[in-house]
Parts: sequence; structure tokens; C-alpha cells
Amino acid sequence: MRSFQQRLTDFNTRAVRVVAISVDAPEVTRQHCQKLGFTYTFLSDPNAEVIRRYDLLHQGGGPKGADIARPAEFLIDSTGTIRWINLTDSVTVRARPEQVLKAFDDLKPAAPSGA
Amino acid sequence: MKRRWNFSLWAGFLLVVLGLVSYVTFFVRFPITRDFPWANLLLFFTGAVLLGKGLIQSFRQPELYRGKILGSILAAVSLAGIGFFSYGLFYLVRQLPSSAAAPRLGQKAPDFTLSDQNGKPVTLAELLASPSAGTAGARANGVLLIFYRGYW
Repeated sequence: MRSFQQRLTDFNTRAVRVVAISVDAPEVTRQHCQKLGFTYTFLSDPNAEVIRRYDLLHQGGGPKGADIARPAEFLIDSTGTIRWINLTDSVTVRARPEQVLKAFDDLKPAAPSGA
Repeated sequence: MKRRWNFSLWAGFLLVVLGLVSYVTFFVRFPITRDFPWANLLLFFTGAVLLGKGLIQSFRQPELYRGKILGSILAAVSLAGIGFFSYGLFYLVRQLPSSAAAPRLGQKAPDFTLSDQNGKPVTLAELLASPSAGTAGARANGVLLIFYRGYW
């Protein structure tokens, strides 16, 4: 999360919107963002409805056996089509901003301009 | 004759303890030391070598070095700690669901409405219609959805 904040200007110049999603309540996330200086959008899915829709539910993966999201990243183009996916097999290994930026730059010719 | 303080035992034990606590408190912040805990493994290895050296000294030259009992305890605790660490970092973190039914490449991303950190409902369509937080008007060239485990 920190690394995406550090590279946020690179996403902004490409007009790629960075959005984080978890089961955390908005209030919890707001405080967390303030504390760590995160300025991009954080969405709250407390009942894991969207997380389930994306088949990313990690049952009992959270504190005290709570259901949470497994880490995953989806890059969606301007038409709403999924163009790049990263489903890690380890909690500690997450997508890096450079990876996503490269994926976006590589697919740009094929993607509609979205202007 | 007064026996020598067995420095290697303590130095080795401290390195192992440092290896145990430094992943979560420090190395997790940098992708290069988080993706694979090589920095911690290096600390464990160095600690284990020193512990081994200390133990050999106390058992081979008990008249010179202290630490037969204490050294054995420190070594056992270290071994248990390294085992616990390895179980967590090489096994537990990999127990993720397969997500076989997750949306695939080329599919439309399922739409959603969720509250942002200010409690304002946001849809995926709205995200695609504004390229960065707080700006509207121009369309975004893309949206990156980062699903994360949450903070606790």
C-alpha cells in the first residue's frame, strides 16, 4: 500500500485510478490513511459481498477467524475490461507498482484510448 | 580457575532474536526483504554459527568456558524460534484460497458500490469516470483494484 502511494504520481499521469478494497470499516480505513498519509481511494466491503463476487474470500484468514480478502490486484481498462491480474500465492508477495505500470504501458496500444 | 564468559553464545542468541523480530518490525516494509526473508535467514545463519561455536567451546573446554546448560537452553530456544518463523513465513502465508472463479482476463470487471474512507458510496463506473481521487470530468484510462487483507 505504501509503495503505491510513493508511485501515485506515475499512476496519475497515466490517468490510472488506484483503489484499495478490504473488509475494514470506512472509519478504521480513514484513520489508517491519515496516519500513513495515503491519499488514494480506499473502499470498504465489511460483509465481503464484492470480495465474494470476485472469488477472493479468505475464510477465517483474519483476526479471530474473521473472513477477509486474499491479496489480489486487477487492472481494468477504460471500457471496464480486466486487462491484467495478479493472484499471489503468498501473503508476503504483492504486486509492485512498477509491475502494474509496466503492465499498463504494455497493453496501452491495444486498449481503447478512453479519451 | 575462573572460567571465561562465553560471548559467542549470547551474541548468537541475540542475532537469532533480532532475526525473529526484525521481519515484522522492519524488513516487511521493503519488497526486496519482504518477498523472501533472506535478511532474516542471514541473521539466523550467523546466529546459529555463533551459537554452535559457543556450544563447542563449552562442551570441549568446560574448564575454560561457561555455558553448557545455559548454552543448550539458548540453542533450543533459538531452534524453536527459527522453526516457528519458518512455519509462518514458508507455510502459513501460502495458505490462500485458489480463487479459481475470480474474474478472468478479457472479462468485464463485476460492478460494485462500496463506501470510501469518507463514507461516500462509490461505484466502479464512477471510478472509471474520474482519473484520480477528487477529480471528475475526464475519463480514467484505467482503474487498479488492490484487494488487501486489512489492518489489525
